Amino acid sequence: MKSYPYTSAKSTDKVFKYIALSFTVFALGILVVLLIDIFSKGIARINWDFFRNLPSRHAEKSGIITALAGMLSLLFFTIVIALPIGILAGIYLQEYGKKNRLAKFIEINISNLAGVPSVIYGILGLTLFVRILKLGNSLIAGALTLSLLILPIIIVATREAIRAVPDSLREGSYGMGATKWQTTSKIVFPAALGGILTGIILAVSRAIGETAPLLVIGALVYVPFIPEGPKDQFTTLPIQIFNWTSRPQAAFIVNAAAGIIVLLLITFLLNGLAIYVRNKWYKKIKY
Amino acid sequence: MSMFKLETKNANLWYGEKQALKNISIGIEPNTVTAFIGPSGCGKSTLLRCFNRMNELIENTKIEGEFLMDDTDIYDMDVYELRKRVGMVFQKPNPFPKSIFDNVAYGLRIIGEKNRNAIKDKVELSLKNAALWDEVNGILNKPALSLSGGQQQRLCIARTLAIEPSVVLMDEPASSLDPISTSKIEDLIYKLKQKFTIVIVTHNMQQAARVSNKTAFFYLGELIEFDNTEKMFTDPQNQRTQNYVTGRFG
Repeated sequence: MKSYPYTSAKSTDKVFKYIALSFTVFALGILVVLLIDIFSKGIARINWDFFRNLPSRHAEKSGIITALAGMLSLLFFTIVIALPIGILAGIYLQEYGKKNRLAKFIEINISNLAGVPSVIYGILGLTLFVRILKLGNSLIAGALTLSLLILPIIIVATREAIRAVPDSLREGSYGMGATKWQTTSKIVFPAALGGILTGIILAVSRAIGETAPLLVIGALVYVPFIPEGPKDQFTTLPIQIFNWTSRPQAAFIVNAAAGIIVLLLITFLLNGLAIYVRNKWYKKIKY
Repeated sequence: MSMFKLETKNANLWYGEKQALKNISIGIEPNTVTAFIGPSGCGKSTLLRCFNRMNELIENTKIEGEFLMDDTDIYDMDVYELRKRVGMVFQKPNPFPKSIFDNVAYGLRIIGEKNRNAIKDKVELSLKNAALWDEVNGILNKPALSLSGGQQQRLCIARTLAIEPSVVLMDEPASSLDPISTSKIEDLIYKLKQKFTIVIVTHNMQQAARVSNKTAFFYLGELIEFDNTEKMFTDPQNQRTQNYVTGRFG
């Protein structure tokens, strides 16, 4: 009988554990260093005026009101456009569409789209929305571009959430004479909503951080007014930060750090919300 | 007018290439409990699912022969209408992730009942008929999934009864339950046959003997023997039936 090299396997196990641990510490360490750097630079800059002021040539008078308003309006339009399309497409593909080769092909392509660099979406948006549809570098063009960017994420999340609903629930509903639509809208969709919401919030946090596609479609780096309608020009927080970091004066770097803190907090809040919603929903629905 | 509530004549069914039902003719009398028994894969669940056309949910199913309810061809009826008249209880309790009340009210709401009081009365009546009312009265707004397995299964029965079917199909309704819950379900079946025609698929020989009036034994897609339950268990005509009911195979 061959003896199992137990002691050697055990030491390999230990070595691997420490290697993995050191990489984790390394990754977290970098993050911590970055956070400390940003907070030490920017936290003092955050005050009421920073939120309220328009951007300015003078760093100490500059604020993020236009960037914040632009970002929130952009998110609003993006959600209004992408949510219904993404959710309905996900429901169709999972519940209604035939499971044939074409469906497989579409499924793979949607997953691939979720991984396409965002700047590519920017180029598409520039051609399609800004130039062909003549929307200009407006909020609505930005929202449409971001919608394209997050649609695949929403579709995939919706499909996954719907796939996780057990067939026994569908059977139970059909068995009582419910139609496909009744079953989907009253049983399957509510049961999948927790997962769908989580996906949506993650998609939205992705949209918040995007800069590249918006720069490509021509979002302005300096907007001295708050957008009032979908056809207005706009800027967003990441673009504002990008703008500040490219200035030579040190005071603008402080502004950028403060902007990053605000952006981080918003993303953090959204992710927290996603986790909260998921936990709350899964507690209510455990199938 | 036929004496049967449900009837099949020369029924054949294929899943793709595989023939699951072979030339089955059987008649089920109203207000009786009929048990379908047989080893796994013998076609008993498949036949059960023909009566409310649940087999249509499986792709590549081909069906031949006549399936009648009250002398009307089941496959000419509106499928949603049919399923309201032929209720089904599944092997694993499958309450919807909603409140106890909403589970029972579901069927009423999908047929368009809007009157709150009518729904309330119907929910209470159905829960009483399913012998669950005493256990859930006062906690109707709690999630159905907080109930025990046996209670969940009786909730699924109540949910089915609420839409007033005339036939209730039960696909191994007690196979995932403990003995006490099982005996509650069996008592319930015994009581329900006054109002409903019940067809039950079971792997449990004692259960078939206890609850049913008639028993059908299936083997490899064929109906081997169909007779009064007492006769099936004491004096079966076919050797295979005898081997199965005495536990010599299957």
